[in-house]
Amino acid sequence: MPIVIRNGRVIDPASQTDCTADVLISRGRIVAVAPNLAAPDGEVFDATGLVVAPGFIDMHVHLREPGFEHAETIESGARAAAAGGFTSVCAMPNTKPVNDSATVTSYIVERARRLAPVNVFPVGAITKGSAGEELAAIGAMKAAGAVAISDDGLPVMNARVMRRAMEFARSYELPIIQHCEDLNLSAGGDMNEGARSVRWGLRGIPAASEDVMVARDLVLAQLTGARYHVAHISTNNAVAMVDYARRQGLRVTCEAAPHHFTLTDEDMAAYDSDYKMKPPLRSVRDRAALVEGIAAGAVTAIATDHAPHPGSEKMQEFERCPFGIIGLETALGLSLAGLVHSGKITLVRLVELFTTGPESILRLGRGTLAAGAPADVTIFSTEMNWTYDVNQSFSRSRNSPFHGRTFRGGPVATIVSGEFAWRRE
Amino acid sequence: MPAGLLGIEELDRAEIEAILARAKDFQPIQSQSLKKLDTLRGKMIVNLFYEASTRTRTSFEIAAKRLGGDAVSITAAGSSVSKGESLVDTLNTLAAMRPDAIVMRHAASGAPHFLARHLPTPIINAGDGTHEHPTQALLDARTILDRRPSLEGLKVAIIGDIAHSRVARSNVHLLGKFGARIVLCGPASLLPAELAELAPGVSLTTDIREAIRDADVIMMLRVQLERQHEASFPASEYFRFYGLQLEHLDLARPDAIVMHPGPINRGRELSSEVADFQRSVILNQVENGIAVRMAVLERVIG
Repeated sequence: MPIVIRNGRVIDPASQTDCTADVLISRGRIVAVAPNLAAPDGEVFDATGLVVAPGFIDMHVHLREPGFEHAETIESGARAAAAGGFTSVCAMPNTKPVNDSATVTSYIVERARRLAPVNVFPVGAITKGSAGEELAAIGAMKAAGAVAISDDGLPVMNARVMRRAMEFARSYELPIIQHCEDLNLSAGGDMNEGARSVRWGLRGIPAASEDVMVARDLVLAQLTGARYHVAHISTNNAVAMVDYARRQGLRVTCEAAPHHFTLTDEDMAAYDSDYKMKPPLRSVRDRAALVEGIAAGAVTAIATDHAPHPGSEKMQEFERCPFGIIGLETALGLSLAGLVHSGKITLVRLVELFTTGPESILRLGRGTLAAGAPADVTIFSTEMNWTYDVNQSFSRSRNSPFHGRTFRGGPVATIVSGEFAWRRE
Repeated sequence: MPAGLLGIEELDRAEIEAILARAKDFQPIQSQSLKKLDTLRGKMIVNLFYEASTRTRTSFEIAAKRLGGDAVSITAAGSSVSKGESLVDTLNTLAAMRPDAIVMRHAASGAPHFLARHLPTPIINAGDGTHEHPTQALLDARTILDRRPSLEGLKVAIIGDIAHSRVARSNVHLLGKFGARIVLCGPASLLPAELAELAPGVSLTTDIREAIRDADVIMMLRVQLERQHEASFPASEYFRFYGLQLEHLDLARPDAIVMHPGPINRGRELSSEVADFQRSVILNQVENGIAVRMAVLERVIG
């Protein structure tokens, strides 16, 4: 059945549209964007006072399937994505088995096709088992549906292997996504190295562990001409280096996670593992640099690094708890608060960071409301007050530091390929 | 959260003074022939030690018994811990046996703080990782105050592996609250600059002579080889540059005292002569440990 979204503020950065209009959807495609569209037998969604944007793309989530279904499944993670306003997510390969072969890639694609209310695009591993040694079957994974490669969760430590991976990926025009962390510098660390880690007697993860890896990789990106992307960038220096490389004409990009531009290590509750992730919450200065980098265009995309862990794993001594927090359902609320309501960026720029930004890296053929495009639409409010209750999350996990936080603005409805994937009740 | 004792940082001056005053009351009991009170009669204290410890565990046990309480000690080896039970499950099991307090030592910083959020039983921190060791700082303060009228304005040099020392952190918090001048000293790789932000009155130096000059109190730390995750300093050089030797004491005030939380490594962090030096109060610290822990147990349970 056709859908007409009436009277919303339509923001489509790809076509430089920002006006009040209707959006007509039929047969899974965008038909038209214009005022007062006729829709004889369609469903009408009144978007008065709401923003109508291309479907949001989260290029960094962990769906945990196959292998860790107690933490998340493709279905539960995709439902959380829909409730967060996302119509497409990229699934990182650190599953069990690791997504380092066309078999696993195909499994994810097939499970998602049957069960996921949003588009799921697998990210293949760079190296076999993400062990950092031998290149994975990158071409075969691309043929099976992988849209990028990454050993996320782990960096490729060996510079020679990284160089070969960049060269090889270039032949397929696949972006290579790096979790930037020099494991020797970060070894044993549980939180950002700084006054808080010293006070709490916790081992630190220095900002330098990220900076060193970003610097090395940018040199390699220059050498190889690869399309290189820094995942969850978190430090002042790393943002500056990526921005410099970008201005030099290298094909390099980076993404920022909402928790990193919202919180610092000073916001952590002592020994509370809901604040434990990698990269860790950084210093006040790093957070400020990240916000400035987003405003200045150094950062291309917002990505959540949604990382579910079941309660039992987070109910341990801090140093034993795994890294990561869930983030799909809070991403838009945090981004509005930290970037738009705070006056750092415009609403149009925010929509870019969730749509054309990741699209420019991944080339999914999405992220626009142009006529003929797949009908992926995110409808959200910039004003609605709501409170996040993690116990109501669609995710199977509950590890969020934002439980109980009240937001101004958030997702209202998500349409994927012309069908409602989620609507706020 | 039940009132236990997790750290010095969250105590205020009045609470610390009350514990130290009560510990003074308990000092004479240590040398009486009949050493037992009945303050904690019918009360049960569980000592749960996830790290090897002789003096702290024994000290808590004796403190509980001198107050007329019962004490059970459990060490990690040979318990359900070695069978893979999680910390929360172990503590929930123990809490179900209704002890009146759990005294806990654990190698993970913050382990008692994490448990205190989830358990109904008061927890007394007997050392958590590289974070705090509150009763050590209290007994150190008691020991200093047995020889000085006040902590205010005293120059206290704390020397050794500061980065990995829970004793240093608790002492810094305590001394900082009472206006002492605290000089932290060690090789730069064990002396992160952020330590200066721990409390008021803290300064840092890598020069042991500068640290000791005009000091009223010299606190030597154990070199925690077991907590060295990497080679932060060449072990062979440690004593030469950071070991306390007799001639160093000439730089300190004539009545300066030498302290050490024990167990001492003769020839590593202090010379044998210093360990046996007449102004070394290491054994007084041990004695005061019982009085201070009696005061803490009484405060938490009594």
